Amino acid sequence: MKMIGAQALLESLKWEGVEVIFGFPGGVVLPIYDCLYDYKDIRHILVRHEQGAAHAADGYARATGKVGVCLATSGPGATNLVTGIANAYMDSIPIVAITGQVKTTVLGKDAFQEADITGITMPITKHNFLLKNSKDVPEVVAEAFYIARSGRPGPVLIDIPMDVSLGQLDYKPVKNVDIPSYKPRASGHPLQIKKAAKAIAAAERPVLYVGGGVIASGASPELLELSERTHILVATTLLGKGAIPETHPHSLGMLGMHGTAYANHAVAHCDLLIAIGARFDDRVTGKLDAFAKHAKVIHIDVDPAEIGKTVHVDIPIVGDCKAVLRELLERVEAREETEWNEQIVRWRNEYPLQYGSDDKLYPQYVIEQIWEITEGDAIIATGVGQHQMWTAQFYKCRYPRQFLSSGGLGTMGYGLPAGIGAKVGCPDKTVFVIDGDGSVQMTIQEVMTAVASKIAVKVAIMNNGYLGMVRQWQELFWNRRYSGVDISAQPDFVKLAEAYGAVGLRAEKKEEVAKVLKESLKYKDRPVLIDFRIEREENVFPMIPSGQSIEGMMVHRPK
Amino acid sequence: MQHTITALVANKPGVLARVSGLFARRGFNIESLAVSITNDPSVSRMTIVVEGDDTVLEQITKQLHKLIDVIKVADYQGMPVIERELAMIKVNAETSARAEIMQIVDIFRAKIIDISDKTFTIEVTGSVDKVDAIEKLLEPYGIGELVRTGKIAMMRGAKTA
Repeated sequence: MKMIGAQALLESLKWEGVEVIFGFPGGVVLPIYDCLYDYKDIRHILVRHEQGAAHAADGYARATGKVGVCLATSGPGATNLVTGIANAYMDSIPIVAITGQVKTTVLGKDAFQEADITGITMPITKHNFLLKNSKDVPEVVAEAFYIARSGRPGPVLIDIPMDVSLGQLDYKPVKNVDIPSYKPRASGHPLQIKKAAKAIAAAERPVLYVGGGVIASGASPELLELSERTHILVATTLLGKGAIPETHPHSLGMLGMHGTAYANHAVAHCDLLIAIGARFDDRVTGKLDAFAKHAKVIHIDVDPAEIGKTVHVDIPIVGDCKAVLRELLERVEAREETEWNEQIVRWRNEYPLQYGSDDKLYPQYVIEQIWEITEGDAIIATGVGQHQMWTAQFYKCRYPRQFLSSGGLGTMGYGLPAGIGAKVGCPDKTVFVIDGDGSVQMTIQEVMTAVASKIAVKVAIMNNGYLGMVRQWQELFWNRRYSGVDISAQPDFVKLAEAYGAVGLRAEKKEEVAKVLKESLKYKDRPVLIDFRIEREENVFPMIPSGQSIEGMMVHRPK
Repeated sequence: MQHTITALVANKPGVLARVSGLFARRGFNIESLAVSITNDPSVSRMTIVVEGDDTVLEQITKQLHKLIDVIKVADYQGMPVIERELAMIKVNAETSARAEIMQIVDIFRAKIIDISDKTFTIEVTGSVDKVDAIEKLLEPYGIGELVRTGKIAMMRGAKTA
């Protein structure tokens, strides 16, 4: 069917199952926006900054499992997506970012709003495309989506020059994508799986170390079966939260720099570490030569480049987590609970997560209250910093795709737009953004997006008037020299919310928390911002300072 | 330790940038890089000489495979391999030295492809060692300009990359 490139772009997106695009217009995307104006099958959500669009596409993808889509114009529009794309890249999230570009006839001549976005995003995308011909639109879109969602997922950028948008083509949907140079591996090597099953049978102190890959692969049922059959306990990374219900007796919570002490002890003393869909990030391992030093390592991952990248692996298994676990389950024998299980329970009882029991308003208390009132069922998005770590510790996730947090890049400002994306993708779920006063201000303009598009996210601001995590480091290691972290000069968040047309609430005392949270749940058609005035100098513990091992773990503030 | 990596890549604009960008950001040191089209016009072949130990080589190979445009990566370590490089060397050739230089050229089975009143331009092909050797021998005469293609390599026998 004859149409212009812009129309073919939308048709191709629809063919891929896209239902919503987060975007911001500009000169070179006028043809696309003109087509969007009456395109009934795709909803466009207008953000207030392109970074919001990228994070919203990311949050949408994490919450729904679909590929998120964001759209921006050339030049500054495109460069404003960069942080969000880099963020998706680091956490392996499937998004397709579409950027308008200047006409092919002026490309490379420093035209108005021209930026070499394909050059700029080369290192932070799984792949990118610069369209040169209108007839390539359907094929490129199909390839982009295939690349984004297959193997190890990741962001893909499509740069579409204005003349390509305006040029004519004969559109036919692409039924089959075949990229000869890209064939991700699904099933694991049978011999390796056999070896792994044997190792599991022989282990005396095994531990499961589970990451975002299990969630990306949809392998939660297999993980649960494995853990229940063998009674091997499960520690997850930040991105693995919810892979196993954290309310399950086999869950050890999060491990790593700010993970639970008992998860870290289990890993430090295990003799078999079964890593699934995780990449031995430095926030988890700390000092590499001291990490799990008594353990044989099984590493199951879809990306062969991750295996052996930082840690020596004894039994590598390349493949999709779900497929490999299925094959493994055919060979793994049941195990009983052992002394090792009891030892871990002892650690759990000796080093529980804790905070002050007095009447001050502690952030951990607020988060526990949010958990209570949402019955542990809400989708949670966070910013980056102390509040993020407290949320990881205290909001026990019950299912995968529940916890949306910037892990690899650690992007402040991720929370609010990601929460917006999640709410758009899962309108029937309650979405709580648990944010910091520093982080929230980085993308605060997206409150307007939520109000204008009637997206009822709740934003709980853990307000301590500091860039908390940096302040914590300065307190512990830099002699309390609080350089550049005092952000007590801040807007009145309640008034700010109201200025945007959102609901603003505040709690300054412990006894106000439950009431204010209940109140926030009443609003179904607009966002609610809640200003929680928490203890200013509360710290995140446990803490294994970077470059150290479990020997250096601090379980509480040094006396 | 030096390794020679042969990569078959899609012949598309920007592939060279993707590969060199990958090497730069992962901290892999490129000693030389030769690239051109193959007998299949949709495929280009890159021959990259890198410095690094076996762990580094393993990561390089794996990261290269992650690039969508990379079709195949071969490391010819431990296999019978033919390696060649071509160099053009512009050397000072004052009358008195000419005969000597011509002898060196002869010994190396190289060719004099240009001559002026002051210089010879010599073309030499061979293993990297051979090119290094003739360069060293010509140095005392004064090398005005030198360009080398970088190594290209192929397995001996019937097997192809």
